[in-house]
Amino acid sequence: MQVTSLFLMIVGLGLLAFFLSFQRSARYNGPTRLRSLPHHYASLTAVWTVFPALLLMIVWSIIEPSYLQQKIEASLTTEIADQSSDAIGLYLNRVHLAIASGTVDADPVVQSLVVAYEKAALQSRYLNTAMVLVLCLGGITLGLSKILFKVHARVGIERLLKAFLILCSGVAIVTTIGIVLSVLFESIRFFNAVSVFDFMFGTSWSPQTSIRSDQVGSSGSFGAVPLFLGTLLISLIAMVIAVPVGLMTAIYLSEYATGKFRTIAKPTLEVLAGIPTVVYGFFAALTIAPFIRNVGESIGLSVASESALAAGIVMGVMIIPFVSSLSDDVIRAVPQSMRDGSLALGATRSETIKKVIIPAALPGIVGSVLLAASRAIGETMIVVMAAGLAANLTVNPLEAVTTVTVQIVTLLTGDQEFDSPKTLAAFALGLMLFVTTLLLNVIALHVVRRYREQYE
Amino acid sequence: MNNTETVKAGLKKRYAREKRFQFYGKAAVMSGFVFLIFLLFDITTKAIPAFSITEILLEVPMDRSSLGLSTDTSVSIDDEAIAAIDYAGLVKKSLRSQFPEATKRKDKKLLYRLMSGSAEYELRQLIIDDPGLIDGEPLSIWFKADDDVDTFYKLKRNTSRIKAQQVEFIASLKTESRIRTALNWDFFTNGDSREPEQAGIKGALLGSFWTLLVTLMVSLPVGIAAAIYLEEFAPQNRLTDFIEININNLAAVPSIVFGLLGLAVFINFFGMPRSVPLVGGLVLSLITLPTIIISSRAAIKSVPPSLREAALGLGASHMQMVFHHVLPQAMPGVLTGAIIGMAQALGETAPLLMIGMVAFIVDVPDGVLDSATVLPVQIFLWADSPESAFTALTAATILVLLAFLTVMNALAILLRNYFERQR
Repeated sequence: MQVTSLFLMIVGLGLLAFFLSFQRSARYNGPTRLRSLPHHYASLTAVWTVFPALLLMIVWSIIEPSYLQQKIEASLTTEIADQSSDAIGLYLNRVHLAIASGTVDADPVVQSLVVAYEKAALQSRYLNTAMVLVLCLGGITLGLSKILFKVHARVGIERLLKAFLILCSGVAIVTTIGIVLSVLFESIRFFNAVSVFDFMFGTSWSPQTSIRSDQVGSSGSFGAVPLFLGTLLISLIAMVIAVPVGLMTAIYLSEYATGKFRTIAKPTLEVLAGIPTVVYGFFAALTIAPFIRNVGESIGLSVASESALAAGIVMGVMIIPFVSSLSDDVIRAVPQSMRDGSLALGATRSETIKKVIIPAALPGIVGSVLLAASRAIGETMIVVMAAGLAANLTVNPLEAVTTVTVQIVTLLTGDQEFDSPKTLAAFALGLMLFVTTLLLNVIALHVVRRYREQYE
Repeated sequence: MNNTETVKAGLKKRYAREKRFQFYGKAAVMSGFVFLIFLLFDITTKAIPAFSITEILLEVPMDRSSLGLSTDTSVSIDDEAIAAIDYAGLVKKSLRSQFPEATKRKDKKLLYRLMSGSAEYELRQLIIDDPGLIDGEPLSIWFKADDDVDTFYKLKRNTSRIKAQQVEFIASLKTESRIRTALNWDFFTNGDSREPEQAGIKGALLGSFWTLLVTLMVSLPVGIAAAIYLEEFAPQNRLTDFIEININNLAAVPSIVFGLLGLAVFINFFGMPRSVPLVGGLVLSLITLPTIIISSRAAIKSVPPSLREAALGLGASHMQMVFHHVLPQAMPGVLTGAIIGMAQALGETAPLLMIGMVAFIVDVPDGVLDSATVLPVQIFLWADSPESAFTALTAATILVLLAFLTVMNALAILLRNYFERQR
């Protein structure tokens, strides 16, 4: 609440600064004309007013809690301070609870601590407000003084703006670094507890670690091979569906279809890529999986209710547009002269496609298949809802398998302590996922680019 | 045999092959269509039951003795007395008077189970809103039935959860036309609930709204700024190349990895609260940022150079040229990209699971710092529920989500068409 009102005050002062400075520079009557427009001066003044104050406010709100904590700890009487750190922590928790809920704790010690805390908080609030005010007023004074008219305000404003633009385009880099660091950092902590070799080549995955060390199965085993195999199996089923269908779709749309059919069919098929994956997951789990199970049982096969086949088929349909869109683009990019040449030699259209166009477009098609594969590997919701949780080491598509993404979700949803190897394992799996998809993407983009250069 | 004859001999086979190939192509396109139609049809048929709900008409006595109030009419009834009324007992009493034949303990228990747990709260709210009802005529009110009764009555499908005795009760209600199906408004106006007949999507809808608001506020300005810099100011150097590679790669990173980032950085490092739209929105804005940057760049690039040169020729600075002339021209394209990015964010589920937006939350969120869930996560949660009535609710929520996505994409297409006509 206090932060909000302070923020509003800063904004208000900023607006005031803008207004005053605008008036002043609009009425400027000096020996030479001003070098910038009034709103440039006004903006600069507003920036001077708002920015330092805002910065202070942010810094203050970051350090304030630890400052208050110190204040309370300093005011602890010696008899409590001598107790163990757990007991002190308990007291502090009660203080925070009393403040947050507004109730009065029965313990006089806690009461006195609450009073001390509130006093310190009030002091800090006054100090903060005063300093923010000083900075704001300083900014206004600076902006309204004669110094301002000596600077080239437009250049100043534009420089700030450009700095902002650069900062924003840096977000992409920061995000990548953030992903790499957060995943890597937690993974290293995980690999301190579990060896890399066990993780990469172990064939048993049961991440449940027990609370007491004397329980059965307390160590938990983190062999990720069943997960890798499961991911591979489901992705493979998906690719078996998506590659032929997607490729044939792309060929038909680019080589045979009339323009009108194409303009309707292409966006309609792309709807498949726009449907949220959670919808596919629901469909796979409640419609496709029971259907496959019934069909399997009617011909005497035992099918798990969360079979890899159901998840794989639905995932395959989902990635059809990824294959077809990109393949369509590359097939259309094949020069017309190659088609004409082949047709003129007497080849039928399908022969032209099979013998000339596909070989020419092959790198691009491979690129699109790789991109689709990386989609399939990283896909989460379909497998979370339709694939199993048990890590079976099998390649039978009728059995339940689990995937890397499913395990990340199961390990991280619900309450968990952040230091157990169980949680950290999710980050190690995340690292594997990130590296795999990144590699696939880099290769795919490289292949596609090489192909483009060939015909441009 | 000369060459012409060889060719002629093979022609029939080759033409057949040609026909076959073309047929495969058609079949591939059609299989995509068929799947899409089947998916939508399947979900719609599953969703239909969720939009109606079974209600039962009860006569609730309003005299003081039934309400358990003091029968002395001179005593005025204060709020405290109203709050203390045994509303659950009142509902049970009304049920018993409807079915006097149910005298055995077991029968009574089955009788009570016809009604939804919400009946007593509804009654309570009614009397709190209008205390004048007390002492008045007995009220006839349609109360919601329990979800098992609802499934039984609506779908004529008996699960083992409805006992023979209850079937008789329902049949008797039906002959007296005291049971009906009505539109399920609560689906749109309630928050989540453990009871399917009381569960609604308002909480998830508002959760999605707040989350998308944060996403839009962060990713649109940052995305536009980055696009402007890369298109208009960035020098051709290693750093610029590196930024471009990063953007392209981020677009292809699985969304769940962004969830890990959100968990490690926003929640564990910066200590932000779990389950709130603010964190969800920040994570989603990182996911949509590449989409917005790429489409904004395309829009900025398509502004004709003559416009830039005219502005510069008239003495505008580079920054003025960009912000006064190029950006307004590119804005429809930028907004199209932003809408598509928002549609992507609206359907995103996995990263939000990572940051704890899967909690069971009954309250409707009032801001970006209230615990909330979003539409796709609500779908995920309900799809997991064992009660069969939740399946219909899940499908109905999917329809709502798809409706929103359709509207957003239609808006994007309209905007693009309008934009192209303007040129």
